[in-house]
Amino acid sequence: MYRLVLQGIGKRYGRLRALQGVEAQVESGEVLVVAGRNGSGKSTLLRIIAGLTRPSSGAVLLYEDGRILSPEERRARIGLVAVDVALYGELTARENLAFFAQLRGLTLSATDALRLLAEVGLAGREDDLVLTYSSGMRQRLKYACALLHRPPVLLLDEPGANLDAAGTQMVERILAHQRQHGLVVLATNDPREVAWGDRVVRLGEETP
Amino acid sequence: MNGARQQVRAAWAICTKDLRAEFRTRYALSAIGLFALTTLTVVSFAVGPLFLEPDLLSALLWVILFFAAMAGLSRAFVHEEEARTAPALRLAAPPVAVYLGKGLFNLALLFLLEAIIVPLFFAMMGLEVGNPGLFLLVLLLGDVGLAGVTTVVAAMVAQASARGALFTVLSFPLLLPLLIKCIEGARIALTGGSVAAAGSSLGVLSAYAVAMGTVSAMLFPAIWTET
Amino acid sequence: MGSKRWTDVGKWALGVWMVAVLLGAFLLDARRLGTLGQGARIIFFHIPTAWVTVLALIVSSVLSIRYLARRRREDDRRAANSAGLGILFCLLATITGSIFARITWGAFWNWDPRETTIFVLLLFYAAYFALRAAVGDEETRATLSAAYNVLGLVVVPFLVFIAPRLPGLAGLHPEPIVNVRGEVDMDAQALLVFLASLVGFTGIYLWAFRLANRIALAEERMNALEEAVGSAAGR
Repeated sequence: MYRLVLQGIGKRYGRLRALQGVEAQVESGEVLVVAGRNGSGKSTLLRIIAGLTRPSSGAVLLYEDGRILSPEERRARIGLVAVDVALYGELTARENLAFFAQLRGLTLSATDALRLLAEVGLAGREDDLVLTYSSGMRQRLKYACALLHRPPVLLLDEPGANLDAAGTQMVERILAHQRQHGLVVLATNDPREVAWGDRVVRLGEETP
Repeated sequence: MNGARQQVRAAWAICTKDLRAEFRTRYALSAIGLFALTTLTVVSFAVGPLFLEPDLLSALLWVILFFAAMAGLSRAFVHEEEARTAPALRLAAPPVAVYLGKGLFNLALLFLLEAIIVPLFFAMMGLEVGNPGLFLLVLLLGDVGLAGVTTVVAAMVAQASARGALFTVLSFPLLLPLLIKCIEGARIALTGGSVAAAGSSLGVLSAYAVAMGTVSAMLFPAIWTET
Repeated sequence: MGSKRWTDVGKWALGVWMVAVLLGAFLLDARRLGTLGQGARIIFFHIPTAWVTVLALIVSSVLSIRYLARRRREDDRRAANSAGLGILFCLLATITGSIFARITWGAFWNWDPRETTIFVLLLFYAAYFALRAAVGDEETRATLSAAYNVLGLVVVPFLVFIAPRLPGLAGLHPEPIVNVRGEVDMDAQALLVFLASLVGFTGIYLWAFRLANRIALAEERMNALEEAVGSAAGR
């Protein structure tokens, strides 16, 4: 049972106020949608939840069965798919997966890797360099890498970016599956994706 | 998860990942290697007919190695930031493992560079080493310190603008003690001095590598987060 | 404000003190200056500036460590201010030292161990400010420059330790005024002027450091105010 709580998150870049007083919470089995126009700080908020960016104020708390996890424990339980986070172009899809598995201390068998890549629709291209991939295929590979360690917290920044209709269906499948053992935070502008959410937090409405 | 073993495993994964990518693109190695080769050629033409003292020769060698290292060792981090892969790495790997892995990769690059440049240097200068074992020991200790410092500086530079120039500017004051001792140690080795004769150089080089490596590893988690 | 009045008193006292030091340094009987004669008067300025350089850089490093531990913006600001003063005094020490070197050793620059050390310090702090200039984000700038400062602090002992062993360069510097055996090798009156100068220069550093910190704080408040006004107008 996981619960993610955002307490008064604020972020400033010098004089620029990217986020101010964001409050939200989400539990296992739910999808939290972060909505807001371009530049309202959706990506920044997801990076703060992931622990990549330090908030200027406020705190991110992740509870596991009622216990607050340390930042290091939190890092191990997060999977992130974002447009501005890339995978290694000079490696093949399979090497990318194997690399991230090793970093996280997992053993990934060849069949597991192939199955995971087939699930995201990359069967047959496993051993091509990611450089040669289209943007949609790269987005699919990001899902495979983010789901590798079965993270209870899945963070999706523009989940449908560069994906075709089949890709969107894949995302829906992943969301349905993720609800069974964890939670999702999803940042988007797409009204159809906003509809996936059980809870919605809208950013940047108070300031013009 | 047993911490230390997993750190080492992750560090090794990062090092081999970088080596694999490097062998496919040969970006850093060609930058470093070509730089060293060019400088070596210039030096060799300039001083070819002259007989040089070991003092000057060991200084020349380390100047070539230092600037060649400056040409390519920042790549380890700059490329991660430019290709936007750094966040994925930050999320998946413990910071100290990143420092260790990138440090090992830079060390491997230095070894590869020296495997080519040092024999060429001796051949072009028509030189014989009095004490090859000591020479290699000085080279090894120097490389460890060089890799340790350039790795942490590269991680800083990757988050700044004007990276190329800044990398050299930031590294030089930190590396000066190392360079001085490497030149001194190499001079003793060239003239056939014993390991005992180079004792103070070796001691300072070891202490430098340990101190800078430890402090860099301690500082690294603070450096390796975006803000 | 009571503290304001005390700073004013301190400022004037410092001025009077330094005038006395100057008079002492230039009017002291040349026979009391030892073998170097008139040329030795520069010692009263050269060593205190070198001392303040070291002091300013230590203060800067300590503040950098504190920044990394507490992450308060004022620690970073103060570290940078102290480093800036360190560079200034480092330049003064280099210039006075090289004049002194010309008089006593015959050349402006000799790569004597202490000259080497101070030159590397200059390079290091120039690099420190180059790094600060190259990072746009305030927090990143503070973190990176603090980390670099700490790395520098680790290098300095190596520099001091290895410098005297530079090949072919024995130290040219005279034995420290107070040497290892704790004996004071200076005329009593000259020593008095020297110590007074040391205290005076330290006072100047503290005064300038305080001033720089207050200016930085005022600038920051002004920025915050401008921002508040700007966002109110934008609404």
